[in-house]
Amino acid sequence: MSSILIIVLSLVSLATLLATIRIIQGPTIPDRAVGLDTATTITTAMIVLFSQIFHRAIYLDIALVYAVLAFLGVIAISRYLEGGM
Amino acid sequence: MRVIISTFVLFVIWVILTQSFDPQELITGFIVAFIVSMISPAIAGEKTGKWFQPKRYIYLIVYLFYFIWQMIKSNIDVAKRVISPKLPIKPGIVKVKTKLKTNAAKLALANSITLTPGTLTVDIVGDEFYIHWIDVGNCDDVHRNCQEIAEGFEKYLEVIFE
Amino acid sequence: MQWYEIIGVVMIVTGAFFLFLGALGVIRMPDVYNRMQAGTKATTLGALSLIMGVGVYHPAWFFKTGIISLFILLTNPVSSNALARAAHNSGVPLIEESVVDKYAEDKEEIKKEMES
Repeated sequence: MSSILIIVLSLVSLATLLATIRIIQGPTIPDRAVGLDTATTITTAMIVLFSQIFHRAIYLDIALVYAVLAFLGVIAISRYLEGGM
Repeated sequence: MRVIISTFVLFVIWVILTQSFDPQELITGFIVAFIVSMISPAIAGEKTGKWFQPKRYIYLIVYLFYFIWQMIKSNIDVAKRVISPKLPIKPGIVKVKTKLKTNAAKLALANSITLTPGTLTVDIVGDEFYIHWIDVGNCDDVHRNCQEIAEGFEKYLEVIFE
Repeated sequence: MQWYEIIGVVMIVTGAFFLFLGALGVIRMPDVYNRMQAGTKATTLGALSLIMGVGVYHPAWFFKTGIISLFILLTNPVSSNALARAAHNSGVPLIEESVVDKYAEDKEEIKKEMES
């Protein structure tokens, strides 16, 4: 089980790294926002994975709150890009 | 009536989130749910009769399975496009008219379109959806053929939300 | 291992694979809208599968993981929709291979409709 979890964790971390490359490199601001959106979804999944690794149910609550805050953040960025703020 | 329905919905969400049947928690949850639904009874919608028709719930369950199947198909599609070295895409933004009326139904349709093969909702104006399609190649007459994006979902959503 | 633990592990591995594919799509696709397509679809299913996999592995957590995945399922398309509209309205063009852009053609009418 733990060796499978190591493989899964490295795949997910690699995914976060790829999204971060898009955030750094993206030619326009919406590009960076797309990278951020992807990275936050991956991070939510990663927090749930940590609760599996450490056997702590409390991390699930953290994942829920993180998902809410990430959603609000992306919505705020897109409202700002449209000039509606 | 609207207050009772939204109190019930919020209370069920509270119980699932706290996962305890301690009387203190239940009483607090009930009071909070009641106050919130007094402030905003709009959670239950305009016509409360809709909540008591079992047909809607049956269609909702059937729709969920159909939706998950579509989502798996769309992901295999995306995976193929991403992995293949030539990136076979031919994108464009097309317009689709819908016959759904209520806002909840339109929201559900927009979300479903975003998560199914190769399509992404860009904007909704009145009853027209602007949809970014990753492969417009098979859609020569843009006005007619594009309806197929929405039709599969519309027949379920019409029963669930209208 | 119990049978439900095996199902859970399979779901976790599938989810991680789709998350990786989504991030790869965000890197490889040529313009914002196509990146959004890959990013939204693949990461939503990947996150759902991984989170529900953890829930299946630990049956006691099933409801809470269900709530998290329901929330992701409802909010992820909404945020990508808002981003797509913001990108189009702030003037990011589609790539040159694009066939048709009805939204740009109708933009004047939409503006008038909003003002009236």
